Amino acid sequence: MKLNGKAWKFGDGISTDHIAPGRLFHLRSNLPELAKHVMEDARPEFAAAVQPGDFIVGGRNFGQGSSREHAPTIIKLAGVSAVLAKSIARIFFRNAINVGLPVIIMDTDTIAEGDKLEVDLAEGVVKNLTQGTSCRIPPLPPVMRKILADGGMVEHIKKHGGKLDLE
Amino acid sequence: MGRTISEKILSAHAGVPMKAGEFAVVDVDLAYVQDGTGPLACRQFKAMGFKAAHKPEKKILFVDHASPSPRRELSNDHKFLREFARETGVQFSEIGRGISHSIVFEKYVNPGDVVVAADSHTCTGGALCTFATGMGSTDIAVAFGLGKTWLRCPETVKIRVEGPFPKGVYSKDLMLHIIGKIGADGANYEALELGGGTIRALPMHARITLSNMAVECGAKVGLIEPDEITHAWLREHGRDHKFPDLTPDKDAVYERVIEIDAAKLKPTIACPHFVDNTKTIDEAERVHVDQVFIGTCTNGRIEDLRIAAAILKGKSIKPGTRLIVTPSTVEVYRQAAEENLLQVFVVAGGLVTAPGCGACVGVHEGILGDDEVCVTTQNRNFCGRMGNPKGLIYLASPALAAATAIEGRIADPRQYV
Repeated sequence: MKLNGKAWKFGDGISTDHIAPGRLFHLRSNLPELAKHVMEDARPEFAAAVQPGDFIVGGRNFGQGSSREHAPTIIKLAGVSAVLAKSIARIFFRNAINVGLPVIIMDTDTIAEGDKLEVDLAEGVVKNLTQGTSCRIPPLPPVMRKILADGGMVEHIKKHGGKLDLE
Repeated sequence: MGRTISEKILSAHAGVPMKAGEFAVVDVDLAYVQDGTGPLACRQFKAMGFKAAHKPEKKILFVDHASPSPRRELSNDHKFLREFARETGVQFSEIGRGISHSIVFEKYVNPGDVVVAADSHTCTGGALCTFATGMGSTDIAVAFGLGKTWLRCPETVKIRVEGPFPKGVYSKDLMLHIIGKIGADGANYEALELGGGTIRALPMHARITLSNMAVECGAKVGLIEPDEITHAWLREHGRDHKFPDLTPDKDAVYERVIEIDAAKLKPTIACPHFVDNTKTIDEAERVHVDQVFIGTCTNGRIEDLRIAAAILKGKSIKPGTRLIVTPSTVEVYRQAAEENLLQVFVVAGGLVTAPGCGACVGVHEGILGDDEVCVTTQNRNFCGRMGNPKGLIYLASPALAAATAIEGRIADPRQYV
């Protein structure tokens, strides 16, 4: 499956506080409402303007900080098709895969704000349609590929008879 | 080939030998959530079709982030958690009992255990040589249902610290120094092993500060080899202190080794908005401070409160600056009351809140105003962390925080200790 959309650029060190601010703690059991504030403390205009299929393009250590899974969940709820970053913080990485949000680790310096991107996860290729370039992306570890292929951790468990089937 | 502490613990829990870089499903000894991540974990538990918790006596729901609840939405989250505990038999820790990591440190975690919880500062357990790491709600829901999780065995960064701390320098300053040196992603996906003469001489509360902040350089765990101080803590807290040999092998393979001379350290702060944006007190601009916060899973133990109280005793906080003190657990609160430390804080002009996460998590009990500056003993200072993206947060030791409350600006603790 190919993902298509335009790039929204963010800097280094985007934390889960930027993505899902602690001051909105009371909305965590109301994810559609929380999703209206996604990325609010990094780019306040993002939530209202993001289009289904668009990509979040970060720098180093994207998703650092709190373990709140609500962060990748509301990115996905907002219609974002994948997060591309130079590096992804550990807990955010697991959470994103668990909620079925693809993450891609690559050099994101070459991508400009608004570039049209096409991502082919099966082939492992990111095409920058605006710039006419493409690059290969390393595959995820097999454990994560399996969870993502099943549609996230809840679906994985349901599909495998209430067990983890990763070995 | 020799094994690191992580390789030893994970091999024992995977049932097969594990080396760095390998993946396995491992047994989980203890799993917990808090009120910010717990409701989602409980909903995911149900969505996955689990009816009963695996070993419910080793699964805990803590209410510590919004404790007591400041909003009806959160009151309903708490109500949902209480109902889930009743339905499944998992343990429930009520408002006012304290911070999850601090309570499990007092009562549950043991050297050599694997502990996972839906909070990034779960790595606090590393001070007792527990392979304790934070994950998201869904991973913990799986651990609640199956008593298992998947893990990648991490490479290890060895940090060896030698020499005595100079006056006014604490383990908080050491950890801020390490994070400033290697960066906020300096150990991403890796384990820290903290050792050397300085670490071996540290009392347990000071080790807690180190392990707690391992996640602030991206690490999965911050492990400290067990020794006499570990045994003493377990004995004092009524726990079985028999555990497997966790000494890393002499020929264990480390991703790298970092040597630190503790004698060269100075009181250190992390400036807004990143934990690795560190400065020594000699380099720091002495800005006006509106709020000082002492507490959290990083520095909210009784020894931390004693350090702050010794500085504040008989003094007044500067008009224009406010001081909030939040003991980490009810046990710390009770002890601080017995030692008249709470009296010291209140007489100096501060206030003491109920045990819990308090102002650290930006929900209540000390949200910053626009452009206000806070010096806090917590573990992270991200934009918006204390409830307002226009707030400016500096991280420091309890001594530096107490000195700052007296001067009303970022202060050097060395002249107060």
